[in-house]
Amino acid sequence: MRVEQIAVFLENKSGRLAEITAKLAEENINIRALSVADTADFGILRLIVDNVEKAKATLKANGFTVGITNVIAVEVADKTGGLAGVLKTIEKEKLNVEYMYAFVNKSGENAVLIFRFDDMDKAIESLQRTGYTILSGEEICAL
Amino acid sequence: MTLYWEEEMETLPRVGLESIQLKRLQHLVARVYKTVAPYREKMDAAGVKPEDIQSLTDLAKLPFTVKEDLRDNYPFGLFSVPMDQVVRVHASSGTTGKPTVVGYTKKDIETWSGLMARALTCAGATSSDMVHNAYGYGLFTGGLGAHYGIERLGATVIPVSGGNTKRQITIMKDFKSTVLLATPSYALNLAEAMESLGVDPKSLSLRVGVFGAEPWSENMRDEVERKLNIKAVDIYGLSEVMGPGVSMQCLEGNKGMHIFEDHFLPEIIDPDTGEVLPPGEKGELVFTTLTKEAFPIIRYRTKDISRLMYDTCACGRTLVRMEKVTGRTDDMLIIRGVNVFPSQIEHVLMGIEGVEPHYQIVVSREGNMDTMAVEVEVSEDIFSDEIKTLENLTKRIQADIKDMLGVTCKVKLVEHKTIQRSEGKAQRVIDNRKL
Repeated sequence: MRVEQIAVFLENKSGRLAEITAKLAEENINIRALSVADTADFGILRLIVDNVEKAKATLKANGFTVGITNVIAVEVADKTGGLAGVLKTIEKEKLNVEYMYAFVNKSGENAVLIFRFDDMDKAIESLQRTGYTILSGEEICAL
Repeated sequence: MTLYWEEEMETLPRVGLESIQLKRLQHLVARVYKTVAPYREKMDAAGVKPEDIQSLTDLAKLPFTVKEDLRDNYPFGLFSVPMDQVVRVHASSGTTGKPTVVGYTKKDIETWSGLMARALTCAGATSSDMVHNAYGYGLFTGGLGAHYGIERLGATVIPVSGGNTKRQITIMKDFKSTVLLATPSYALNLAEAMESLGVDPKSLSLRVGVFGAEPWSENMRDEVERKLNIKAVDIYGLSEVMGPGVSMQCLEGNKGMHIFEDHFLPEIIDPDTGEVLPPGEKGELVFTTLTKEAFPIIRYRTKDISRLMYDTCACGRTLVRMEKVTGRTDDMLIIRGVNVFPSQIEHVLMGIEGVEPHYQIVVSREGNMDTMAVEVEVSEDIFSDEIKTLENLTKRIQADIKDMLGVTCKVKLVEHKTIQRSEGKAQRVIDNRKL
């Protein structure tokens, strides 16, 4: 129940993000969610797309350094306390969040939380045990 | 009135000087040929015998000596006296981990001390001075070389060495230091520290600064003079030839350093062809020692770019002046007084798994300090989706470089293929310092 995420290394210089999105658009790749983590010198762009292999190949062909990592997508109701509930479970299980970001699906009813944990297996197990819905890559694309 | 240390030698008419040089050169070449096998082999290979040196221009017949020769004969292979006559060794950092080692007899130390005293006298120092010696003590020739000269001069030496800036300022104030010996960047560091400590340089007794061991600009000289309220003069030297005190700027003249030609024979060559260039032309500086016993050196290629100026100097010294060194023929960088070769950086980077040999060194001057940034391309092998992993990598590279070179640098990760690929000799260094 993991989702493949594309990570791209970016130097902090103007136009890089625009270039990446343009290249993906040219290849008809849809971006479902993204986040940018940045430091003073560089950034890491993380993307959830509908075609991971094609996105990777496209970006690599355009000279970007690309990596694929597994993340967990948790679906929660888009209402007050949705994220807090998930994080409470995480805390109770003493799991460490490496990073996270979120998006709201088209219908607007649910929010999807993307997580990277230090212990992914334990996280999946705990979240499922607590009753959370964990989405697969296909499910995300179908949203 | 110009102060001299050895007036006769410093003001000899050229004819007299050249006759002394020739005699010393002939003697030196004969001795080196007899006592140092690598020199003998090179001379034999070039088909030149000591007897072929009949005039100073015959020097050009002799083969050059380069840094590699010192490494090949590490540690003592080029010494020309038995080790029981060697009273001291010094060494400089090497690119391949092997430093280059030089040695001195008792008489060499005396000569060096005398030349250093001569250099200090050029800067107007006398036995009544309190000399603050902030050059590093140790294998580096700077600290001890200067130290012995200060003592020879009869001045008081404060062997403070480098570092601990706050204490240095207290000492300067309390001991009433009048002469400062340091690298120019450290001098500016001192000036800045004084400012932040609220110490007015005008309240100090400092009068003159003798600066060397790294390239520095005329603008920097102005700044040091203004900030420390002193006169700043240039000293030049290198361990292979002796150490500090090979040449020295005088107070009276305008720029350039008098080469102590009664002990060191300078040439300027075309670095590409090795041909000796006519007086006044810019090229690579080459030195032959005339009096050194333990470690004589013949036609040593310094890789420093300079020019020889034979016009008369206001100070009355007839010794030729060399122009401030403006660059080097190779890619060696001098960062805050430390020699840095791109190959050393490469060595460190290549020791880290996954790092590709695509890197660049960017040197700049921020404020008054030299800074070095190493740009490393991010390959798929080292890339991670987590910031901390990449930050740990930069920290690791930084720490390894610091371990290897003793220099703190900034490490910047850059995108794949953003560093220009070479089509022959890689451009590893971008030097943005305006020297």
